[in-house]
Amino acid sequence: MSVEIQQPPTEEHPKEKLLRMDRIPHIWCPTCGLGTTITAMATALEQLELDLNDVAVVSGIGCTGRVAGYMKLDSFHTTHGRSVPFALGLHIARPDMKTIVFSGDGDLISIGGNHFIHTARRNVDMTVICVNNFIYAMTGGQVAPTTPITARSSTSPYGNYEHPFNLPLLAASSGAVYVARWTALHIRRLTTAIKEAIAKPGFSFVEVIAPCSTLYARLNKLGSGLDLMKFYHDNSVIKHGADLREVDIDFQTKIVVGKFVDIEKPTYIECLNEGNKRVFGDKYKPYGVDHGDS
Amino acid sequence: MKAKSENVLTGAHYLDGNHASAEGAIAAGCKFFAGYPITPSTEIAERVARRFPLIGGVFIQMEDELASMAAILGAAWGGRKSMSCTSGPGFSLMMENFGLGIMLETPCVLVNVQRGGPSTGLPTLPGQADMMQARWGSHGDYEIIALAPDSPQESFELAIHAFNLSEKYRTPVLVMTDECVGHMTEKVVIPPAEEIDLVERLYTEKPPGEAQPFEWSNYDIPPMLPVGKGYKFHITGLTHDERGYPIINAEAQDENVRRVSDKIKRHTDDIIWLEEKDTDDAEIIMMAYGISSRVMQPAIARAKQDGIKVGQIKMVTVWPFPEKRVRELAGKVKALIMVEMNLGQVYYEMERCAAGKCQTLLVDHAGGTVHNPEVIYNAIKEAAK
Repeated sequence: MSVEIQQPPTEEHPKEKLLRMDRIPHIWCPTCGLGTTITAMATALEQLELDLNDVAVVSGIGCTGRVAGYMKLDSFHTTHGRSVPFALGLHIARPDMKTIVFSGDGDLISIGGNHFIHTARRNVDMTVICVNNFIYAMTGGQVAPTTPITARSSTSPYGNYEHPFNLPLLAASSGAVYVARWTALHIRRLTTAIKEAIAKPGFSFVEVIAPCSTLYARLNKLGSGLDLMKFYHDNSVIKHGADLREVDIDFQTKIVVGKFVDIEKPTYIECLNEGNKRVFGDKYKPYGVDHGDS
Repeated sequence: MKAKSENVLTGAHYLDGNHASAEGAIAAGCKFFAGYPITPSTEIAERVARRFPLIGGVFIQMEDELASMAAILGAAWGGRKSMSCTSGPGFSLMMENFGLGIMLETPCVLVNVQRGGPSTGLPTLPGQADMMQARWGSHGDYEIIALAPDSPQESFELAIHAFNLSEKYRTPVLVMTDECVGHMTEKVVIPPAEEIDLVERLYTEKPPGEAQPFEWSNYDIPPMLPVGKGYKFHITGLTHDERGYPIINAEAQDENVRRVSDKIKRHTDDIIWLEEKDTDDAEIIMMAYGISSRVMQPAIARAKQDGIKVGQIKMVTVWPFPEKRVRELAGKVKALIMVEMNLGQVYYEMERCAAGKCQTLLVDHAGGTVHNPEVIYNAIKEAAK
């Protein structure tokens, strides 16, 4: 009797086109919110049907800072806090490409806070995806400018007492033309938000509330990653167009999510061209037509 | 490749060193400038801001120097020739991303118009006290190329040379000028575009899938990969391999760091540029760079009248340091004298290379004005005793 040996299936990972499979397994912890966030971004890129050669991703330092290393795009892992100005230079050199900054709350808002607000002010055409886990995770769970009051971290062992930033309010008041917040649980809505943000000309910002079970949840006795997702499920309040003064995040209370801002405003390069055209008239050749060669 | 005529203001001009630096950069094809105002460097940014709109360049005044340095790296990877300028306090802030530029092997140019330090120091007065910061200011081991112009004419020429070296060796290059040269106005002759040679960026000839961002096993200087062409490459400030992927271990560190350093070390003969005068039969050799190489001229002339055989070396490149030449000369002369506007920085390199084979003297100055030639003359007399 002969036994027919079946070859094991060799299915591709559904997001293989957008992932550096030669770098998998990744370094992130089980139940980290980064997996779903990257999936959301990959799906958004697929749905937008962009030429992937024309998409660049820039990250800073930290857990989320490692995203650039796993996405199969022209990808730049820069210094702590400087992903946004690096991306600004890249965008101005190649305005025809989509530039996406993917980084964490500590990287973008603490050490990179000044760059964040000024790039939003200029309305530079880029998308910033900020994965907010309320803590510095890569370095072992220190307090962040997003840590809710009373939440514990390794450097706020008796509970944080500093006011945290309200990121959507910060982004909007600095000049962002698109602002949304979702949690890592809202995969479909998050995907739509990332898609809209990438398609939006100007500075677009998506905050992703993401579970960090290894540090934030453990230090605050919030249970497992699954418990955090359940918390998001029970406590997220969808409120599109919410008054941004009221979307602060307190410790283990309601999280307001939704699309908060979606407005039209000339981008940095449009303003640059308009400003120069005003003075030089036809002598001025609009910037961004020929690119890359000097 | 030659400069493009629309970028070159051919003719004789009356320019200060900062404006001349800007013209040199523009002639070299610089099309992206990100900077932050700081005395005494600001005129470079101002000139670029006025000149760029009609030649297709973008000037952007950033929120700080950290962002300026990061932005010029981003633009360089986007395919532009890019630069910034600063002075002491801004130079300190730029050191972080300067290191990223070294690690990512990114061609770009940074001009430091030196003023007196430390801290806020002397914003409007000269110094040469950032020379060791230029050498070692960013953390970790690396080699650096730093040029030092002594005049507006040389500011123009060395800006072009800096871009050429940065492209040739795929590395950030420093122009370490100072407040005197930056604000000194002299005749600057800008040649026709067809007389200006430019080194163009070396990009890989391999197709996507075969090329790597740091292909050092097959190339002396790894060619760059262009963005937006399907290479989908990754680069990181972490220690990495030829693919640009992070590898966190001692072997990868040794390979990565040693290779990035060796890339410069292997070519010191090509990079080092010295202007020697009367060194063949000298008993005393004066060494200086930038403005100090001009300030020492009256002292040298006077010592020669006294019958002292004085030679001189103007270091157009300060880094890499001309170790080989100083070692050779130390065996032949009575004394080597370094004139610099700091309390001893490049001097210690000279002393190290002299290795006790001749007398070494430092004519120092804390900055704020140039040396009094009398002090330099006295040092020569002292050495000649």
